[in-house]
Amino acid sequence: MTAMTRRTWLAALGLLPAAGLVSWAEASGKSPNKETHAWQDIPPRELIRRRHLPDVALVTHEGKSVRFYDDLIKDKKVVINCVYTRCQGICVPVTANLVRVQKLLGDRVGRDIFFYSITLKPEEDGPAALERYAALHGVGPGWSFLTGKPEDIEKLRTMLGFRYADPAEDADKSNHVGMIRMGNEPYLRWSACPGQAAAAWIAKDILLEMDGPTRPAATAKSG
Amino acid sequence: MHLLKSRVPKLWLTARRNRQEIIKAGLNRRELFKMGLLTSGGYLVAKSGLSAWASGGCDAGDCQLGCSPPTTPFIDPLRIPPILPSRPVTDLTPAPQECPNNAINPATGLPFEGRGQYNGVLRPGTDCFQFFRRFPPEDFFITRARENTRFRITSDPHIPDQTIWGFNLGGNDPAITPGPTIVDTYDGARVVRRFNELPPQAQNGGFGVPEISTHFHNFHDAPETDGSPCRFFFRGQYYDYYRTMQTAGFDDPNTDPAERQLEFQSTLWYHDHRVGHTAENVYKGLLGFELLFNQFDTGDETTGFRLPSFPQFDIPLALTDKLIDPGTGKICFDLFGLDGLIGDKLLVNGVLQPFFEVQKRRYRFRVLDGGPSRFYELFLTNPDNPKQSIPYFVIANDGNLLPAPVRFPTSSGSGARISVAERVDIIIDFKALARDLGVKRLWLENRLEQVNGRAPTGKILPAGRPENVLVEFRLVGNAVRDNSVDPADPTVRFYALPPRPTPRITRRFRFERGNGQWQVNGRFMDCDEIRFTVNRNSAERWILENNSGGWQHPIHIHLEEFQIVRRNGQLIQPGDVEFSRKDVVRLQFNEKIELLTRFRDFRGDYPMHCHNTIHEDHAMMLLWAVQDDANDNNTRP
Repeated sequence: MTAMTRRTWLAALGLLPAAGLVSWAEASGKSPNKETHAWQDIPPRELIRRRHLPDVALVTHEGKSVRFYDDLIKDKKVVINCVYTRCQGICVPVTANLVRVQKLLGDRVGRDIFFYSITLKPEEDGPAALERYAALHGVGPGWSFLTGKPEDIEKLRTMLGFRYADPAEDADKSNHVGMIRMGNEPYLRWSACPGQAAAAWIAKDILLEMDGPTRPAATAKSG
Repeated sequence: MHLLKSRVPKLWLTARRNRQEIIKAGLNRRELFKMGLLTSGGYLVAKSGLSAWASGGCDAGDCQLGCSPPTTPFIDPLRIPPILPSRPVTDLTPAPQECPNNAINPATGLPFEGRGQYNGVLRPGTDCFQFFRRFPPEDFFITRARENTRFRITSDPHIPDQTIWGFNLGGNDPAITPGPTIVDTYDGARVVRRFNELPPQAQNGGFGVPEISTHFHNFHDAPETDGSPCRFFFRGQYYDYYRTMQTAGFDDPNTDPAERQLEFQSTLWYHDHRVGHTAENVYKGLLGFELLFNQFDTGDETTGFRLPSFPQFDIPLALTDKLIDPGTGKICFDLFGLDGLIGDKLLVNGVLQPFFEVQKRRYRFRVLDGGPSRFYELFLTNPDNPKQSIPYFVIANDGNLLPAPVRFPTSSGSGARISVAERVDIIIDFKALARDLGVKRLWLENRLEQVNGRAPTGKILPAGRPENVLVEFRLVGNAVRDNSVDPADPTVRFYALPPRPTPRITRRFRFERGNGQWQVNGRFMDCDEIRFTVNRNSAERWILENNSGGWQHPIHIHLEEFQIVRRNGQLIQPGDVEFSRKDVVRLQFNEKIELLTRFRDFRGDYPMHCHNTIHEDHAMMLLWAVQDDANDNNTRP
């Protein structure tokens, strides 16, 4: 179909591509004069913590006082979403879906994977209300419902990205973000999936996020 | 609905008020921009506004628009990615196999080859290459995905080395981004062997997942070799991507062999497609060009269509926008964002706002929107006389030469607009511009305002602002010999569009957002769900709808190119730059797109998805399949 073959054609180009190689050699290797600017050497994990994972004080549905980063996130594999107990909309299907996901994950939840649901209405949802909500939905162990001071909850919600850029849209709690965030904190691995996706898919996705970094190749030399 | 309309004016007013206060304090716009207090869109630092100013700027970790450190444009030459060498396939060890090489590698405990894995799980006996025996591979390419911790985006000593992920030339050389350009012709099947030699997850520098699937964007490929989202492979594995190098219709008895010459492609690219993590991986650098030539588009300006010769006068330009952490000076990525990511630093071929010395003659530039979320509208500006209207010609849309060149700016003054993953090939005649307009240097600008990942505002910014410049062309020397075709000649013709097929069925797809969840027809991406099945070697009419006034989506369909028949009921006419074969269509505010597409030759599963990679990673994707005689009549799958 073609009259031209690639090899003869590339040969006809001669050494021209080599010009590109010269400038690419300069793309790496030359270091700038570091003294000209005092950049901070902050580990990426620490930057993620500062930006997204505030260490606010929270209370669980079991009445236990905890710190968000130190007690719930640091060195852990986590699944996080937002709810409120009087929610008539998206919380209902998403919570029911997450209960199915929890069953699919079996005893991993509570052993090395932890679920957290943060209330969007801390003024309404004290530990007792959250406890009732968890019981009503048949939530199993390893899944904490979290409340706290309204300003702390607001900070947590926005830093975790459960927010809309548009202020009017963001103010409407009944239309809140239905995403589920998955984090494998020590591995700097974060993602999100819709809370209304199929439970089987969410469970698989969670396992890939949590187990991906430690599969055998991750510790072996690559060939 | 119409959120943008009600919101933007208020934002403008606030921004203007804040700006006026600062101007009163004695700083002009350019100084503010240099200090990182003004975004390229003209807004004050979005989130914290004047408080950021009061506290002396943004803090470490503030990976957001307006917080990147100041940089200097036009101090570095444009880099052009090297060409990936190829060799006869007999030199490749182990030899490529029709079915995956799933023997266990004792060094990793994983199969040597990652092909045959689906969503991370090996499915023995699957993903054998289709048509492998009919078109045995003749040549191969080899490349390794690696980290490069000493990558320079600028020689400005104030900006530190960057850590990128890219591809190398196949040996022990460092990875670069964009990766080496793969150059090919339609003269025999190939294998591209890609090794995953990325660092462990925890050493990713803040973002990036070392599980990859490299999509050959726009090529007519089988699912097992397409770089599909659920076929990612792991560190320590390789993956053989096999290409028949046949134009579409080779296994379709209804395709006239003469028509297949209208299916040649030109400007393609490769990029990571790992489901759920594509945005961070491509942003990290896993992309490159893949250019195809044939007996018409020859790469030699004395033959065929006589387009400017490759590679001297035929230059790929990958556009990407980045954020730089104000504390560390390193390129950063917002892992928790859902809307899309807009950067305030413009890179072309991995270089921050480069210059490029050109001779006074015609050049072909292959312009790619490398994402993750920005739309571009391209203009040429003479910085020494910004009021001049500078013409250029679009000769290709996405991977395909148009029936004839289209002149820009249009009669209404618009530039060529591209969204993520779209490409345009443009011809600039520097000789004519020097002669007729006295041009000595020329800026390729993006003048489309975009302040967040949702969509461009639609506002066209004034010409001649340095922060909007992609490349500064510097015209050097005297006019030189130029054998290339003059796109201003009205008789110039390239390929005609292939005849439009008769659709078997019309299917409708609504792209929307509910509770912050991206969805197609109310449902979400799931690697285990094939939504519908089309008949192999058939054609269909697809209607894509966006009922939102606040969001725009670049929609990409794998396997075959489509033709846009109508946009909002209006027929796309000859002479329109969208009168073309396409693989991405901009689904803009409240739009309805009608397109025709065919599903020839290969069997198996393919995605359709939003190519704003943040939306894509958050489930705005669906899978469909091609099988013989499926007769699936679901019209809203």
